[in-house]
Amino acid sequence: MKRAAAIVGIGHTEFSKDLGRPERTAALEAICAALDEAGIAPAEVDGLVRFDMENTSEVEIAQSLGLEALRFFGEIGYGGGAGCATVGHAAMAIAAGRASVVVCWRARNRSSGGRPWARTGMRVGGEFQFSAPYGLVRPVDQVAMVARRHMHEYGTKSEHFGAVAVACRKHAARNPHALMRDPMTLEDHQASRLVSEPLRKLDCCLETDGALACVVVSAERARDVKTRPAWVLAASQGLGREQSVMTNYYAPRFLETPSTTAARDLFAQAGIGPGDVDVGQFYDAFTPLVTLSLEEYGFCKPGEGGPFAEGGRLEWPDGELPVNTSGGGLSEAYVHGFNLILEGVRQVRGSSTSQVEGAEISLVTSGAGVPTSALLLARA
Amino acid sequence: MQRPLPEPDADSAPFWEACGRHELRVQRCGDCGARRHPPRPLCPHCQSARVEWERLSGRGEVYSWVVAHPPVLPAFQERVPFAVVLVALAEDPGLRLLGNLLDCEPGDVRIGLAVEVGFEELVDGVTLPQWRPVERVG
Repeated sequence: MKRAAAIVGIGHTEFSKDLGRPERTAALEAICAALDEAGIAPAEVDGLVRFDMENTSEVEIAQSLGLEALRFFGEIGYGGGAGCATVGHAAMAIAAGRASVVVCWRARNRSSGGRPWARTGMRVGGEFQFSAPYGLVRPVDQVAMVARRHMHEYGTKSEHFGAVAVACRKHAARNPHALMRDPMTLEDHQASRLVSEPLRKLDCCLETDGALACVVVSAERARDVKTRPAWVLAASQGLGREQSVMTNYYAPRFLETPSTTAARDLFAQAGIGPGDVDVGQFYDAFTPLVTLSLEEYGFCKPGEGGPFAEGGRLEWPDGELPVNTSGGGLSEAYVHGFNLILEGVRQVRGSSTSQVEGAEISLVTSGAGVPTSALLLARA
Repeated sequence: MQRPLPEPDADSAPFWEACGRHELRVQRCGDCGARRHPPRPLCPHCQSARVEWERLSGRGEVYSWVVAHPPVLPAFQERVPFAVVLVALAEDPGLRLLGNLLDCEPGDVRIGLAVEVGFEELVDGVTLPQWRPVERVG
């Protein structure tokens, strides 16, 4: 599958606290922008991949785009774990000859539409029947439980998490599309209120309305587009032994998330290692997911994700591994991590507002803590 | 304001029924003897569907914990800040159960704190396992 497919178009709506239009409309705007950027007519689209949490169906997209013959479509589960896998499945379909122009997207009015956890029902089934009755319903609580244990085992500190938030904000300040561009210091992070100890408000991502899309095409189709293609070097998914969704508390290896499995396969496919990655976009619904991912994707040893985040190591332009260079979910927009994919593309195109000089290989990850996925993109 | 209640399924019903009798029971494989939680149809070690429900001592220690601050569900509004603990069970530290920590200020929670189970009876015949420090803290 290596270099069988490329992302050749990206598009998004503005990011907002209240977009003022339906998710379906926003999805189509982002998709049309991505196609237009690539110089590909909507009629050429023959594949669609969406999040299973997406409120807009393939049927609705196909109707509005006037698609003549959609021959591949699929849905990826597990919320923020799905993003990279939408591109991964698109690339597989292309490599298998099942499609040649595939659109992936995420549209979500997560700000104006309210908080999913606030709609927890009076009866809760599945694995959450063992957590929701105790008031553990918010994603921040679910992640805080893992963060606390990591702090205990390895001496990770709140300031380490803060360093992630500060790096994201610094990058967001350079990105005109980012929602949070005011400067933030580590002191600001430490002064922000506790939401779920040990996590604070500034450990949490934004709540955003917005839509993003990308166009994945075959190597052959990529020869004739208006943009510089971003090759899909590798795409992986992961779920490890006895792991769960969000309340990943019962598996034998408590501090291992599904990212470990996704990371192993990702680098094996690409035939490269973490040392070859020039820039990373790490899923950042909450800061500890980034420090955990730094470990699981092999940028440091287990337990060292906290100290690795310090000393400006994650910051553009001088850091060893600039991350979330558009501001990420913490400061650009939180649309289930799809903005990370677009920024991963920009970095290998050379068009980021915090461009890593000469970036050849760009890593993008989806949500740690849920069944997840990841991408390696390469400069054309 | 009622908090969310568990909705038992075919695999978890015996767990909740045991709680109703103030017994903490977990699944134990009827073939290889491995314990597991949360309840599920097959043993992850030998894929046996034979299951026994073993009664445990209800002793354990805090493995991790959080303290929830606002905003929370309306049902929990009066309790904030409140602790949710993940407890590693004495018989098998690989087995972990969640609960609230009762009779303990959130500021006194720590990893390794020895706790024991207690049962909190809610509406509609639902009984939740909860946790209390074995020795007075604070």
